[in-house]
Amino acid sequence: MLSTRRESHDTVTLTLDAASRRPFQPGQFNMLYAFGVGEAAISMSGDPASPSTAVHTVRAVGAVTEAICRLKRGGVVGVRGPFGTPWPTGEAAGQDLVIVAGGVGLAPLRPVVYHALARRSDYRRVFLLVGARTPEDLLFRRELERWQARKDLTVLVTVDRAPAGWKGRVGVAPALLDAVDLSAGGAVAFVCGPEVMMRFCVRELGRRGFPDDRIHLSMERNMKCAVGFCGHCQYGPSFICKDGPVLRYDRIRSLFWRREV
Amino acid sequence: MNEADLLRRHPFARGLSDDLAQRLVPCARLTRFPEGAVIFREGGAADALYLIVSGRVALEQHVPGRGTLQMENLSGGDLLGLSWLFPGGRWTLDARAVEPTEALVLDAGALKALLDADAALGFAVSQHVIQQLYQRLERARLQRLDVYRGEA
Repeated sequence: MLSTRRESHDTVTLTLDAASRRPFQPGQFNMLYAFGVGEAAISMSGDPASPSTAVHTVRAVGAVTEAICRLKRGGVVGVRGPFGTPWPTGEAAGQDLVIVAGGVGLAPLRPVVYHALARRSDYRRVFLLVGARTPEDLLFRRELERWQARKDLTVLVTVDRAPAGWKGRVGVAPALLDAVDLSAGGAVAFVCGPEVMMRFCVRELGRRGFPDDRIHLSMERNMKCAVGFCGHCQYGPSFICKDGPVLRYDRIRSLFWRREV
Repeated sequence: MNEADLLRRHPFARGLSDDLAQRLVPCARLTRFPEGAVIFREGGAADALYLIVSGRVALEQHVPGRGTLQMENLSGGDLLGLSWLFPGGRWTLDARAVEPTEALVLDAGALKALLDADAALGFAVSQHVIQQLYQRLERARLQRLDVYRGEA
Protein backbone atom coordinates (compact mmCIF):
# COMPACT_ATOMS: atom_id res chain seq x y z
CA MET A 1 0.00 0.00 0.00
CA LEU A 2 1.61 3.24 -1.12
CA SER A 3 -0.98 5.58 0.36
CA THR A 4 -4.53 5.88 1.63
CA ARG A 5 -6.83 8.88 1.41
CA ARG A 6 -10.03 9.22 3.38
CA GLU A 7 -12.84 10.32 1.06
CA SER A 8 -15.60 10.39 3.69
CA HIS A 9 -16.30 8.98 7.13
CA ASP A 10 -16.59 5.43 5.74
CA THR A 11 -14.83 5.48 2.37
CA VAL A 12 -11.12 5.32 1.60
CA THR A 13 -9.11 5.46 -1.62
CA LEU A 14 -6.14 3.10 -1.62
CA THR A 15 -3.14 3.40 -3.92
CA LEU A 16 -1.27 0.14 -4.42
CA ASP A 17 2.18 -0.17 -5.95
CA ALA A 18 3.03 -1.22 -9.50
CA ALA A 19 3.37 -4.87 -8.50
CA SER A 20 -0.41 -4.86 -7.96
CA ARG A 21 -1.08 -3.21 -11.28
CA ARG A 22 -2.36 -5.09 -14.31
CA PRO A 23 -3.71 -3.30 -17.36
CA PHE A 24 -7.43 -2.75 -16.89
CA GLN A 25 -10.34 -1.12 -18.65
CA PRO A 26 -12.77 1.32 -16.99
CA GLY A 27 -15.46 -0.59 -15.11
CA GLN A 28 -13.40 -3.68 -14.25
CA PHE A 29 -12.69 -4.78 -10.68
CA ASN A 30 -10.10 -6.61 -8.64
CA MET A 31 -10.65 -9.06 -5.79
CA LEU A 32 -8.84 -7.57 -2.80
CA TYR A 33 -7.93 -9.95 0.00
CA ALA A 34 -7.61 -8.75 3.57
CA PHE A 35 -5.37 -11.43 5.03
CA GLY A 36 -7.11 -13.53 7.62
CA VAL A 37 -10.46 -11.85 6.99
CA GLY A 38 -11.58 -12.49 3.43
CA GLU A 39 -11.92 -11.19 -0.09
CA ALA A 40 -14.15 -8.55 -1.68
CA ALA A 41 -14.73 -7.30 -5.23
CA ILE A 42 -13.54 -3.69 -5.48
CA SER A 43 -13.72 -1.57 -8.62
CA MET A 44 -10.67 0.13 -9.95
CA SER A 45 -11.12 3.87 -9.48
CA GLY A 46 -7.86 5.17 -10.91
CA ASP A 47 -6.62 6.27 -14.30
CA PRO A 48 -6.41 3.30 -16.67
CA ALA A 49 -3.55 5.02 -18.50
CA SER A 50 -1.39 5.34 -15.39
CA PRO A 51 1.01 2.36 -15.40
CA SER A 52 2.61 2.76 -11.98
CA THR A 53 -0.21 2.32 -9.46
CA ALA A 54 -3.50 0.53 -8.86
CA VAL A 55 -6.18 2.68 -7.24
CA HIS A 56 -9.31 1.39 -5.52
CA THR A 57 -11.99 3.21 -3.56
CA VAL A 58 -13.52 1.13 -0.79
CA ARG A 59 -16.52 1.75 1.41
CA ALA A 60 -16.42 0.03 4.79
CA VAL A 61 -19.67 -1.91 4.95
CA GLY A 62 -18.61 -5.35 6.24
CA ALA A 63 -15.78 -7.24 7.88
CA VAL A 64 -13.59 -7.45 4.74
CA THR A 65 -14.02 -3.88 3.56
CA GLU A 66 -13.62 -2.59 7.11
CA ALA A 67 -10.31 -4.46 7.38
CA ILE A 68 -9.17 -3.08 4.01
CA CYS A 69 -10.15 0.47 5.01
CA ARG A 70 -8.11 0.15 8.22
CA LEU A 71 -4.89 -0.56 6.30
CA LYS A 72 -2.21 2.12 6.33
CA ARG A 73 0.75 2.98 4.13
CA GLY A 74 3.02 -0.08 3.94
CA GLY A 75 0.11 -2.44 4.55
CA VAL A 76 -0.41 -5.47 2.33
CA VAL A 77 -3.49 -6.80 0.53
CA GLY A 78 -3.85 -9.72 -1.83
CA VAL A 79 -4.90 -8.78 -5.37
CA ARG A 80 -6.57 -10.93 -8.05
CA GLY A 81 -7.78 -9.44 -11.26
CA PRO A 82 -8.78 -7.50 -13.18
CA PHE A 83 -12.15 -9.15 -13.78
CA GLY A 84 -15.42 -8.30 -15.47
CA THR A 85 -16.73 -6.46 -18.49
CA PRO A 86 -15.74 -2.82 -18.99
CA TRP A 87 -17.85 0.21 -19.83
CA PRO A 88 -18.20 0.24 -23.65
CA THR A 89 -16.26 3.45 -24.17
CA GLY A 90 -15.69 2.56 -27.82
CA GLU A 91 -19.43 2.33 -28.49
CA ALA A 92 -19.87 5.83 -27.12
CA ALA A 93 -17.26 7.33 -29.47
CA GLY A 94 -18.62 10.09 -31.67
CA GLN A 95 -21.63 10.57 -29.41
CA ASP A 96 -22.65 12.38 -26.24
CA LEU A 97 -21.56 10.53 -23.13
CA VAL A 98 -23.86 10.76 -20.12
CA ILE A 99 -22.29 9.40 -16.93
CA VAL A 100 -24.61 9.08 -13.92
CA ALA A 101 -23.05 8.09 -10.60
CA GLY A 102 -24.71 7.64 -7.23
CA GLY A 103 -22.74 7.35 -3.99
CA VAL A 104 -19.75 5.03 -4.21
CA GLY A 105 -20.92 4.27 -7.77
CA LEU A 106 -18.70 7.17 -8.80
CA ALA A 107 -15.63 4.99 -8.13
CA PRO A 108 -16.04 2.60 -11.11
CA LEU A 109 -17.02 5.53 -13.33
CA ARG A 110 -14.02 7.71 -12.49
CA PRO A 111 -11.78 5.73 -14.91
CA VAL A 112 -14.34 6.51 -17.65
CA VAL A 113 -13.91 10.22 -16.96
CA TYR A 114 -10.13 9.90 -17.12
CA HIS A 115 -10.47 7.96 -20.35
CA ALA A 116 -12.91 10.46 -21.89
CA LEU A 117 -10.73 13.43 -20.95
CA ALA A 118 -7.63 11.75 -22.38
CA ARG A 119 -9.50 11.14 -25.64
CA ARG A 120 -11.77 14.14 -25.46
CA SER A 121 -12.08 14.55 -29.22
CA ASP A 122 -13.52 11.01 -29.48
CA TYR A 123 -16.75 12.21 -27.84
CA ARG A 124 -19.20 15.02 -28.37
CA ARG A 125 -20.54 16.44 -25.12
CA VAL A 126 -19.56 14.67 -21.89
CA PHE A 127 -21.83 14.96 -18.84
CA LEU A 128 -20.96 13.73 -15.38
CA LEU A 129 -23.98 13.69 -13.05
CA VAL A 130 -23.13 12.85 -9.46
CA GLY A 131 -25.40 12.17 -6.49
CA ALA A 132 -24.47 11.57 -2.87
CA ARG A 133 -26.24 11.34 0.46
CA THR A 134 -24.83 14.56 1.96
CA PRO A 135 -22.05 17.01 1.02
CA GLU A 136 -19.72 15.14 3.41
CA ASP A 137 -20.34 11.88 1.55
CA LEU A 138 -19.18 13.20 -1.84
CA LEU A 139 -16.19 11.30 -3.18
CA PHE A 140 -13.23 12.88 -4.98
CA ARG A 141 -14.39 16.39 -4.02
CA ARG A 142 -11.30 18.30 -5.14
CA GLU A 143 -11.22 16.43 -8.41
CA LEU A 144 -14.92 17.16 -9.00
CA GLU A 145 -14.20 20.85 -8.45
CA ARG A 146 -11.35 20.73 -10.96
CA TRP A 147 -13.57 18.97 -13.46
CA GLN A 148 -16.36 21.49 -12.87
CA ALA A 149 -13.96 24.25 -13.91
CA ARG A 150 -13.33 22.61 -17.29
CA LYS A 151 -15.13 23.85 -20.37
CA ASP A 152 -15.14 20.47 -22.11
CA LEU A 153 -16.98 18.59 -19.37
CA THR A 154 -20.33 19.34 -17.70
CA VAL A 155 -20.27 18.22 -14.09
CA LEU A 156 -23.45 18.47 -12.00
CA VAL A 157 -23.48 17.40 -8.38
CA THR A 158 -26.45 16.92 -6.08
CA VAL A 159 -26.99 15.61 -2.58
CA ASP A 160 -30.09 14.08 -1.04
CA ARG A 161 -29.93 16.29 2.03
CA ALA A 162 -27.96 19.36 3.02
CA PRO A 163 -27.80 22.12 5.59
CA ALA A 164 -28.86 25.65 4.65
CA GLY A 165 -25.29 26.79 3.88
CA TRP A 166 -24.76 24.25 1.07
CA LYS A 167 -24.49 26.12 -2.24
CA GLY A 168 -24.84 23.08 -4.44
CA ARG A 169 -27.91 21.23 -5.61
CA VAL A 170 -30.24 19.28 -3.35
CA GLY A 171 -32.27 16.47 -4.86
CA VAL A 172 -31.84 12.98 -6.24
CA ALA A 173 -29.28 12.09 -8.91
CA PRO A 174 -31.82 11.13 -11.63
CA ALA A 175 -33.27 14.67 -11.40
CA LEU A 176 -29.98 15.99 -12.79
CA LEU A 177 -31.06 14.61 -16.15
CA ASP A 178 -33.46 17.60 -16.29
CA ALA A 179 -30.44 19.84 -16.72
CA VAL A 180 -29.07 17.86 -19.66
CA ASP A 181 -30.35 18.54 -23.15
CA LEU A 182 -30.50 15.12 -24.77
CA SER A 183 -32.52 16.29 -27.74
CA ALA A 184 -29.55 16.21 -30.11
CA GLY A 185 -29.72 12.39 -30.16
CA GLY A 186 -26.77 10.05 -30.39
CA ALA A 187 -25.96 9.60 -26.73
CA VAL A 188 -24.85 6.72 -24.54
CA ALA A 189 -25.50 6.54 -20.79
CA PHE A 190 -23.33 4.79 -18.20
CA VAL A 191 -25.07 4.46 -14.84
CA CYS A 192 -23.73 3.12 -11.56
CA GLY A 193 -25.18 3.38 -8.07
CA PRO A 194 -27.61 1.61 -5.76
CA GLU A 195 -29.98 -0.51 -7.81
CA VAL A 196 -33.08 1.48 -6.88
CA MET A 197 -31.36 4.69 -8.00
CA MET A 198 -30.49 3.01 -11.30
CA ARG A 199 -34.16 2.04 -11.74
CA PHE A 200 -35.13 5.70 -11.36
CA CYS A 201 -32.41 6.69 -13.85
CA VAL A 202 -33.61 4.15 -16.40
CA ARG A 203 -37.16 5.48 -16.06
CA GLU A 204 -36.04 9.11 -16.40
CA LEU A 205 -33.90 8.27 -19.44
CA GLY A 206 -36.85 6.37 -20.97
CA ARG A 207 -39.13 9.38 -20.51
CA ARG A 208 -36.64 11.40 -22.51
CA GLY A 209 -36.75 8.88 -25.35
CA PHE A 210 -33.36 7.41 -24.55
CA PRO A 211 -33.15 3.97 -26.26
CA ASP A 212 -32.74 1.00 -23.91
CA ASP A 213 -29.77 -0.30 -25.89
CA ARG A 214 -27.86 2.93 -25.19
CA ILE A 215 -28.08 2.51 -21.42
CA HIS A 216 -25.35 0.56 -19.63
CA LEU A 217 -25.57 -0.33 -15.96
CA SER A 218 -22.98 -1.65 -13.54
CA MET A 219 -24.72 -4.35 -11.54
CA GLU A 220 -23.64 -5.57 -8.16
CA ARG A 221 -24.03 -8.98 -6.53
CA ASN A 222 -22.03 -10.84 -3.93
CA MET A 223 -18.96 -12.10 -5.79
CA LYS A 224 -16.73 -14.88 -4.55
CA CYS A 225 -14.70 -16.65 -7.23
CA ALA A 226 -14.86 -13.78 -9.79
CA VAL A 227 -14.46 -16.21 -12.69
CA GLY A 228 -17.98 -17.58 -13.10
CA PHE A 229 -17.64 -20.91 -11.30
CA CYS A 230 -19.15 -20.53 -7.87
CA GLY A 231 -22.52 -19.03 -8.81
CA HIS A 232 -22.66 -16.56 -5.93
CA CYS A 233 -23.24 -13.65 -8.26
CA GLN A 234 -25.69 -15.37 -10.60
CA TYR A 235 -28.13 -12.95 -12.21
CA GLY A 236 -30.61 -14.94 -14.26
CA PRO A 237 -28.55 -16.66 -16.97
CA SER A 238 -25.52 -14.45 -16.29
CA PHE A 239 -22.79 -14.23 -13.72
CA ILE A 240 -22.10 -10.65 -12.73
CA CYS A 241 -18.39 -11.36 -12.20
CA LYS A 242 -17.87 -12.73 -15.71
CA ASP A 243 -20.70 -11.41 -17.91
CA GLY A 244 -20.87 -8.13 -15.98
CA PRO A 245 -20.62 -6.04 -13.94
CA VAL A 246 -21.37 -3.72 -16.86
CA LEU A 247 -24.48 -4.91 -18.70
CA ARG A 248 -26.56 -3.33 -21.43
CA TYR A 249 -30.01 -2.48 -20.08
CA ASP A 250 -32.05 -3.94 -22.96
CA ARG A 251 -30.36 -7.31 -22.35
CA ILE A 252 -31.32 -7.46 -18.67
CA ARG A 253 -34.60 -5.52 -18.84
CA SER A 254 -36.77 -8.51 -17.90
CA LEU A 255 -34.59 -9.33 -14.87
CA PHE A 256 -34.00 -5.74 -13.85
CA TRP A 257 -37.59 -5.21 -12.77
CA ARG A 258 -37.99 -8.64 -11.21
CA ARG A 259 -37.69 -8.86 -7.45
CA GLU A 260 -35.06 -10.87 -5.59
CA VAL A 261 -33.08 -11.85 -8.68
CA MET B 1 -37.63 38.87 -23.65
CA ASN B 2 -40.97 40.02 -22.29
CA GLU B 3 -43.44 38.18 -20.07
CA ALA B 4 -45.44 36.82 -23.00
CA ASP B 5 -42.36 35.31 -24.70
CA LEU B 6 -41.00 33.86 -21.46
CA LEU B 7 -44.36 32.34 -20.62
CA ARG B 8 -44.72 30.76 -24.05
CA ARG B 9 -41.24 29.21 -23.78
CA HIS B 10 -41.77 27.92 -20.23
CA PRO B 11 -42.66 24.20 -19.88
CA PHE B 12 -45.74 25.35 -17.94
CA ALA B 13 -47.21 26.56 -21.24
CA ARG B 14 -46.35 23.35 -23.09
CA GLY B 15 -49.58 21.89 -24.39
CA LEU B 16 -51.35 25.25 -24.21
CA SER B 17 -52.45 26.85 -27.45
CA ASP B 18 -51.09 30.36 -28.08
CA ASP B 19 -54.55 31.68 -27.29
CA LEU B 20 -54.72 29.94 -23.90
CA ALA B 21 -51.15 30.95 -23.01
CA GLN B 22 -51.95 34.55 -23.96
CA ARG B 23 -54.74 34.64 -21.39
CA LEU B 24 -52.22 34.00 -18.61
CA VAL B 25 -49.96 36.90 -19.61
CA PRO B 26 -51.86 39.70 -17.79
CA CYS B 27 -51.39 38.00 -14.41
CA ALA B 28 -47.65 37.28 -14.94
CA ARG B 29 -44.86 39.58 -13.84
CA LEU B 30 -41.15 38.91 -14.42
CA THR B 31 -39.29 39.20 -11.13
CA ARG B 32 -35.59 38.88 -10.37
CA PHE B 33 -34.32 37.56 -7.06
CA PRO B 34 -30.68 38.11 -6.10
CA GLU B 35 -28.65 35.30 -4.57
CA GLY B 36 -29.79 34.71 -1.00
CA ALA B 37 -33.15 36.46 -1.40
CA VAL B 38 -36.04 34.88 0.49
CA ILE B 39 -38.87 34.43 -1.99
CA PHE B 40 -41.39 33.35 0.63
CA ARG B 41 -41.45 32.02 4.15
CA GLU B 42 -43.28 29.14 5.79
CA GLY B 43 -46.59 30.33 7.21
CA GLY B 44 -46.94 33.32 4.87
CA ALA B 45 -50.05 33.73 2.72
CA ALA B 46 -49.66 31.69 -0.47
CA ASP B 47 -50.58 34.30 -3.04
CA ALA B 48 -48.60 33.46 -6.17
CA LEU B 49 -47.35 30.75 -8.50
CA TYR B 50 -43.71 31.13 -9.53
CA LEU B 51 -42.60 29.81 -12.91
CA ILE B 52 -38.83 29.64 -12.58
CA VAL B 53 -37.17 30.89 -15.74
CA SER B 54 -33.52 30.65 -14.67
CA GLY B 55 -31.42 30.26 -11.56
CA ARG B 56 -31.99 27.93 -8.64
CA VAL B 57 -34.24 28.03 -5.58
CA ALA B 58 -33.81 26.02 -2.37
CA LEU B 59 -36.87 24.82 -0.49
CA GLU B 60 -35.94 24.87 3.17
CA GLN B 61 -37.48 23.72 6.40
CA HIS B 62 -36.41 24.85 9.84
CA VAL B 63 -36.22 21.89 12.20
CA PRO B 64 -35.85 22.83 15.87
CA GLY B 65 -32.61 21.40 17.20
CA ARG B 66 -31.27 20.63 13.70
CA GLY B 67 -31.35 24.07 12.12
CA THR B 68 -32.46 24.86 8.60
CA LEU B 69 -32.34 21.96 6.15
CA GLN B 70 -32.57 22.11 2.39
CA MET B 71 -35.26 19.73 1.20
CA GLU B 72 -35.07 20.19 -2.54
CA ASN B 73 -33.82 22.56 -5.24
CA LEU B 74 -35.89 23.86 -8.11
CA SER B 75 -34.50 25.43 -11.26
CA GLY B 76 -35.41 26.83 -14.68
CA GLY B 77 -38.58 25.19 -16.03
CA ASP B 78 -39.90 24.18 -12.60
CA LEU B 79 -42.99 25.43 -10.79
CA LEU B 80 -42.54 26.94 -7.35
CA GLY B 81 -45.35 27.39 -4.85
CA LEU B 82 -48.62 25.48 -5.17
CA SER B 83 -50.11 26.10 -1.71
CA TRP B 84 -52.48 28.71 -3.19
CA LEU B 85 -54.41 25.81 -4.75
CA PHE B 86 -56.00 25.19 -1.36
CA PRO B 87 -58.42 27.51 0.45
CA GLY B 88 -56.61 29.71 2.95
CA GLY B 89 -53.32 28.42 1.55
CA ARG B 90 -50.12 29.18 3.48
CA TRP B 91 -46.58 28.38 2.40
CA THR B 92 -45.37 25.14 3.96
CA LEU B 93 -41.64 25.76 3.36
CA ASP B 94 -39.20 28.63 2.96
CA ALA B 95 -38.03 29.37 -0.59
CA ARG B 96 -34.65 31.04 -1.07
CA ALA B 97 -32.74 31.89 -4.23
CA VAL B 98 -29.37 30.12 -4.05
CA GLU B 99 -28.37 31.70 -7.35
CA PRO B 100 -29.62 34.87 -9.05
CA THR B 101 -33.05 33.74 -10.15
CA GLU B 102 -35.66 34.94 -12.59
CA ALA B 103 -39.26 33.87 -12.25
CA LEU B 104 -42.58 34.74 -13.76
CA VAL B 105 -44.78 35.46 -10.77
CA LEU B 106 -48.45 34.75 -11.44
CA ASP B 107 -50.91 36.36 -9.06
CA ALA B 108 -52.81 33.45 -7.48
CA GLY B 109 -56.14 35.26 -7.23
CA ALA B 110 -56.10 36.32 -10.87
CA LEU B 111 -54.89 32.89 -11.97
CA LYS B 112 -57.62 31.08 -10.03
CA ALA B 113 -60.25 33.35 -11.53
CA LEU B 114 -58.95 32.57 -15.03
CA LEU B 115 -58.87 28.84 -14.41
CA ASP B 116 -62.40 28.88 -12.92
CA ALA B 117 -63.75 30.82 -15.88
CA ASP B 118 -62.14 28.77 -18.64
CA ALA B 119 -62.49 25.00 -18.40
CA ALA B 120 -60.02 24.30 -21.23
CA LEU B 121 -57.36 26.47 -19.61
CA GLY B 122 -58.13 25.02 -16.19
CA PHE B 123 -57.76 21.46 -17.48
CA ALA B 124 -54.52 22.14 -19.34
CA VAL B 125 -52.94 23.88 -16.34
CA SER B 126 -54.15 21.16 -13.96
CA GLN B 127 -52.59 18.50 -16.17
CA HIS B 128 -49.23 20.23 -16.08
CA VAL B 129 -49.37 20.83 -12.33
CA ILE B 130 -50.28 17.18 -11.68
CA GLN B 131 -47.45 15.93 -13.90
CA GLN B 132 -44.90 18.08 -12.15
CA LEU B 133 -46.24 17.19 -8.71
CA TYR B 134 -46.10 13.49 -9.56
CA GLN B 135 -42.52 13.76 -10.77
CA ARG B 136 -41.56 15.55 -7.56
CA LEU B 137 -43.41 12.95 -5.50
CA GLU B 138 -41.41 10.18 -7.19
CA ARG B 139 -38.19 12.01 -6.43
CA ALA B 140 -39.22 12.63 -2.82
CA ARG B 141 -39.85 8.89 -2.47
CA LEU B 142 -36.37 8.12 -3.78
CA GLN B 143 -34.91 10.72 -1.41
CA ARG B 144 -36.81 9.15 1.46
CA LEU B 145 -35.39 5.71 0.64
CA ASP B 146 -31.97 7.06 1.61
CA VAL B 147 -30.44 4.72 -0.96
CA TYR B 148 -26.81 5.54 -0.30
CA ARG B 149 -27.00 4.49 3.34
CA GLY B 150 -25.22 1.16 3.75
CA GLU B 151 -24.50 0.66 0.04
CA ALA B 152 -21.56 -1.62 -0.63
